[in-house]
Amino acid sequence: MSIFHPKGNWYRPPTGSERLWVGLALAWCLVMSITMPWWHFQGKQNAPQTTYEVEPEAFIQRVHQFVETNQVGEMNNVPIVEPEPGGDAYLLGQMWRWYPVLKLKKDQTYRIHVSSADLQHGLSIIPINMNIHVLPGYDYVMEITPTTSGEFSLICNEFCGIGHHLMTGKIIVEE
Amino acid sequence: MSTDTVKAAAYRVCETTGLSIFLKAQFFVKINAVLAVIFLLVGGIAALLLALTRWSNVMLLNDIWYYRMVTLHGVNMLVFWIIFFEMAILYFASTTLLNTKMFSKKLAHTSLALMFVGAVVTNYIILKGQADVMLTSYPPLEAHPLFYLGIILFAVGALIVAFNFFATLYIAKKNKTYEGSMPLVTFGAATAAIIAVVALLHGAAALVPTFLWSMGWMEMMDPGAYRLLWWGLGHHSQQINVAAMVSVWYFVATMSTGAKPLNETVCRGAFILYILFINLAAAHHLLVDPGLSSEWKIWNTSYAMYLAVLASMIHGYTVPASMEVAMRRKGYNKGIFGWFAKLPWKDPGFSAVALSAIIFGFIGGITGVTLGTEQINIMAHNTLRIPGHFHATVVGGTTLAFMGLAYYLVPLIFQKDFYMKKLARIQPWLFGGGIVIMSLGMSFAGTYGVPRRTYDSDFGGAVLETGFDPVAHIFLGVLGIGGVIAFIGLLLFLVLIVAAVFFGPSLKGQKMPTWQTDKEQKMTDELISKGYEEEGKDYHVKTPGTIVLVLIFLLSFAIYYFANWAALADLWHIR
Repeated sequence: MSIFHPKGNWYRPPTGSERLWVGLALAWCLVMSITMPWWHFQGKQNAPQTTYEVEPEAFIQRVHQFVETNQVGEMNNVPIVEPEPGGDAYLLGQMWRWYPVLKLKKDQTYRIHVSSADLQHGLSIIPINMNIHVLPGYDYVMEITPTTSGEFSLICNEFCGIGHHLMTGKIIVEE
Repeated sequence: MSTDTVKAAAYRVCETTGLSIFLKAQFFVKINAVLAVIFLLVGGIAALLLALTRWSNVMLLNDIWYYRMVTLHGVNMLVFWIIFFEMAILYFASTTLLNTKMFSKKLAHTSLALMFVGAVVTNYIILKGQADVMLTSYPPLEAHPLFYLGIILFAVGALIVAFNFFATLYIAKKNKTYEGSMPLVTFGAATAAIIAVVALLHGAAALVPTFLWSMGWMEMMDPGAYRLLWWGLGHHSQQINVAAMVSVWYFVATMSTGAKPLNETVCRGAFILYILFINLAAAHHLLVDPGLSSEWKIWNTSYAMYLAVLASMIHGYTVPASMEVAMRRKGYNKGIFGWFAKLPWKDPGFSAVALSAIIFGFIGGITGVTLGTEQINIMAHNTLRIPGHFHATVVGGTTLAFMGLAYYLVPLIFQKDFYMKKLARIQPWLFGGGIVIMSLGMSFAGTYGVPRRTYDSDFGGAVLETGFDPVAHIFLGVLGIGGVIAFIGLLLFLVLIVAAVFFGPSLKGQKMPTWQTDKEQKMTDELISKGYEEEGKDYHVKTPGTIVLVLIFLLSFAIYYFANWAALADLWHIR
């Protein structure tokens, strides 16, 4: 009984269907343990690993420089910026917008540096639903290859103050 | 203190179980349970308001009050309700089940005062509007110092209760108040208490410097380091809840069906897995965080988390299997599932625990492990899929199990009988059903990328417009409806408990009234009294029904897991 103290030596290995289940459960846990590293070799979607330390002010400077050199247009007063395929791009999270609008080419790879000017933010690309966490002081580099074209929205999914639900941005992907 | 322990203890003998109930400990079981339920009501009202705001056609609150209520709801439910109730479990499991008085009444009073003051202070400062920072309070977001101080006071109080618990285990062993090993329920409670100490130390490491920072006495902690330490509190706390919940499963399984653990080694081994392998599993909250390597993330989730998952899968077999054996011994041998149909479904304590195990396993467990996979987390992090998962573990699992325990606590400890027993019988179904509907609404809305903790899912008024598929809004409606049903179930629970505790007929000197027929109760009683004599003996009763149930579980798990990998393969390439 779970409410009484067991008497004597109660040690014994599992038997019968209990042993079967412990074995099956363990095997399943091993399958899951192997799948994760396996996807790093075989899969195309893995959590970004490159991070640099950066002061928020320095990162903001880089974003402005990136906008100045690569701006190609404007959307609702927000600059549209087109980075070189294969090159670096910068995306700043701040209360309460993702800055600037990025214009990318389908099937080209970009190194998008993401960081925050102020609080923690959550970068979420919708409707494809890809999400990473953004911290001030950390320059997180996503090596990303858009495989579909169109206009995608960026939203913030980490609470960042009263204007959190106004924090949006855009990525435009051309064929 | 030493004179205290020698003094003869005042206790009463339980008319139902024959166990000794020590009156001082009984007071602390009662007061902690009552406080728990009060904070459950506060958190529950906030929950209703939140459900009616995320329901995008209703949007009841304004933005300020929405974020304030998210904070209030998180703190009251995940901290105050659940930990106060766990304190009641610790007092019960260490005294009554070990046949000993508690170690120190003074420590118990001190801890209670600290916890109560901490909870009131935190609630006050949130409602005053000076701590709209969510439960997680990630810096650089800053709250009033009283927010951190309140939680720290509460945590120190809880640490003292854990110390009092361990000291009670020690004096019971020293005074030989029981033979052999401690009962499984106490073992599970001890597991919860050990994890609680680890969790609270992490919490201190995150929140004490943050409190000092909010006072202007210290530099701000690195936001990444804070997240690592805070989740050492936040995630471990969930493991306290799991260990306490599983202990409640075992307790109610015994009380309602006469079940006896099939194999003490396996059950205890699984609890030990929780202690050993959960320590670094908080990593699965940081899977898409900057600054951490993939090796670190994979090691901590696969090694540390999956062996704790293994433990839950083991309990998920041993609890129903022990019931199956008990039911077959009573003669319910028809087919594979004959015993299942004859389980005491009319006992709300039993049905709450059975639903808790099903919701925790099939929804909470499967989603949690899958979303906690490094790559799959890319399509889940901070979306509504996350609350969709943890409302199935911590509400459908832990809270529902604690409600089930309350149906035993009231007659056995408060010695009061319930009114409106017909309503009591449907309460677990109402609450559990509501939570399932809400959780599914959240999960499906989350697959569209709808974020958690966000007032307006359509980001109305933003400079760059955006929005979600209409189907996502239908699921937000499902979330709202489920939330309302669950709230009605919660309110019914509170009404039943308050009516019984304060106005119910006294059961002093009587056996607990049965929810089953007298014949069934007699068979259960026989198994329980026989169980004591049979401790340490082997059973050779087969459990075909349970093995079919767990195989269905494993199949559902595998389908959900691989379906998520398939969905992941459609995303943009990222590394």
